[in-house]
Amino acid sequence: MLIISTIVFLVIRVIPGDPALVIAGIDASESDIKAIRAKLGTDKPILTQYVDWIWKVMRFDFDTSMISGQPVTQLILERLPLTLTLALMGLVISIFIAIPLGVVSAVKRWSAWDYLGMIFSQIGMAIPSFWLGIILLLLLSVKIKLFPLFGGGTLKHLVLPAISLGIARAAVLLRLTRAAMIEELSKEYVVAARSKGLTERMVNYKHALKNALLPVITIAGIQLGYMLGGAIIIEQVFSLPGLGRLFLFGVYQRDFPLIQGGVVFVAFIFSFINFTVDILYSVLNPRIRIS
Amino acid sequence: MSRLLEIKNLDVSFEQEQGLARALRGVDFLLSSGETHALVGESGSGKTVTSMAIMGLLPIPPGKINQGEILFQGKNLLMLTESEKRILRGKEIGMIFQEPAKYLNPAYKIGEQIAETLMTHFQTDRKAATQQALEFLHLVGLGKNKRVLGSYPHELSGGMKQRAMIAMAICCHPALLIADEPTTALDVTLQLQILRLIHRLKRKFTMGILFISHDLGVVNEISDKISVIYAGKIVESATKNQLFENPLHPYTKLLLLSIPDAAKRGTRLRVIPGTVPDAEHIPAGCSFHPRCPLAEDICHGEIPASIDYDSGHFAACHFVGKKWIDSSK
Repeated sequence: MLIISTIVFLVIRVIPGDPALVIAGIDASESDIKAIRAKLGTDKPILTQYVDWIWKVMRFDFDTSMISGQPVTQLILERLPLTLTLALMGLVISIFIAIPLGVVSAVKRWSAWDYLGMIFSQIGMAIPSFWLGIILLLLLSVKIKLFPLFGGGTLKHLVLPAISLGIARAAVLLRLTRAAMIEELSKEYVVAARSKGLTERMVNYKHALKNALLPVITIAGIQLGYMLGGAIIIEQVFSLPGLGRLFLFGVYQRDFPLIQGGVVFVAFIFSFINFTVDILYSVLNPRIRIS
Repeated sequence: MSRLLEIKNLDVSFEQEQGLARALRGVDFLLSSGETHALVGESGSGKTVTSMAIMGLLPIPPGKINQGEILFQGKNLLMLTESEKRILRGKEIGMIFQEPAKYLNPAYKIGEQIAETLMTHFQTDRKAATQQALEFLHLVGLGKNKRVLGSYPHELSGGMKQRAMIAMAICCHPALLIADEPTTALDVTLQLQILRLIHRLKRKFTMGILFISHDLGVVNEISDKISVIYAGKIVESATKNQLFENPLHPYTKLLLLSIPDAAKRGTRLRVIPGTVPDAEHIPAGCSFHPRCPLAEDICHGEIPASIDYDSGHFAACHFVGKKWIDSSK
């Protein structure tokens, strides 16, 4: 976390652009700009700014936005539910497509299902999610008017963005599920399970599936993090007032505290997801459970 | 003693990239109920293919059963539908494997893995099945406490895992137990314990046992009858005493000579030259002739028939009673 906060702090100060100029406008005089810089604290030496900021971050204080004047934490928390819901919906969609299709592809290898799955994953991986988003908008919102064109507030607004996000992730997850399942089905315990007279359904969906899910869950967790990143683009396409748009405008306006807070926050979410995945993993995999 | 399992002229091949692998080339085998019949051979001789064929678990394709019959209690298993075979597996025919660590599912508790077998074959609920599982764990010497029941395979030692696997295989009182090298992966001290356990359970449940092994020393401990398999064909079949005292096939003789013997300390241990032929390139005639010290021209061209030489002592060699290996060499 410390490394991430240091990097983001340096990067946004290296890139050209001065928040004071943004706030003051084009016609502002030199003295106005200096006054604004003094108010924002950007006239101090970089090291001082850095120490100030790190000190605040350690107390979970992300400072206030230079542009709107509201606390960064408040801004993030306002926008978080939407983005988080979007990412979670995307994850649920990708899991619900990938795991059943991946398992069936593995169990009935070289069947029509398997080819369907392969075609789906090829296409899913090839098309960018923002393009899919635009196409979905055109077809289902403009032509058929099944879903609202833009705006937020209800779950219905999130269906199309979640699908656009989920499809690409589902494609990756499907490949992984299929490979994991095929590997498990070739293991000896599957022969033993058959030798006990268990039905093929039990052998596949009880014995092999539980073991195959281990790598799938790890990757699905990491995917959730990627989806938070992907949400930034998708929110643009669907004009959703989520975290992505918040951070993007922060970057446009060189709102240093907002960018810094945002990145640290996203990094925190990433670590939190990884932690949760590890916990989940140990529940599913008795071998790594600490006795 | 009734005929529990009878294999007649079983021929199995595998379609492979390197060519057609002839895994079994007309195996004949008879196991009476309550008897332990060992199937002995080197790796790749067709032991495991035989057991998988009986279980109906051969991968088909690439595997193919070209001809033959597997009669279990008079029924030809090869004629049964998949669901009929499934009901037989685990209930009438139990199976234990070489490496219990690999053949137990790492993600489920031992109790669950035994109980699910019972629940599959009988109309029992989970509670009754778990109770029975506990009794079977007690029976195989894992104690009558719930600790093993609630353990995952990785929490048990190798010997305990094999005992748990045995409990799993016999929990439905099968008439036939197939034991595929059950002691090979275990320490020597554990081997004897497991062999005694299997023997005790056989008596208790009057099971027939098909005991697959490459180790004649282990086979000597447990079996009533022995069949020696070489390159997918039974070359000799007899009672244990007949086979150990008077081997008729040169391969059997050489196998016996290759067992280390404390009485012959200091002499060089005999090994059989060469290796088992690949199932894709089985020699014409008697498949053992390239390694056989007795081989003559006839062995290259003619497959010897299996002949009963002494009240159930079968052997397939052209020179039975005519020529023999000098064991003093």
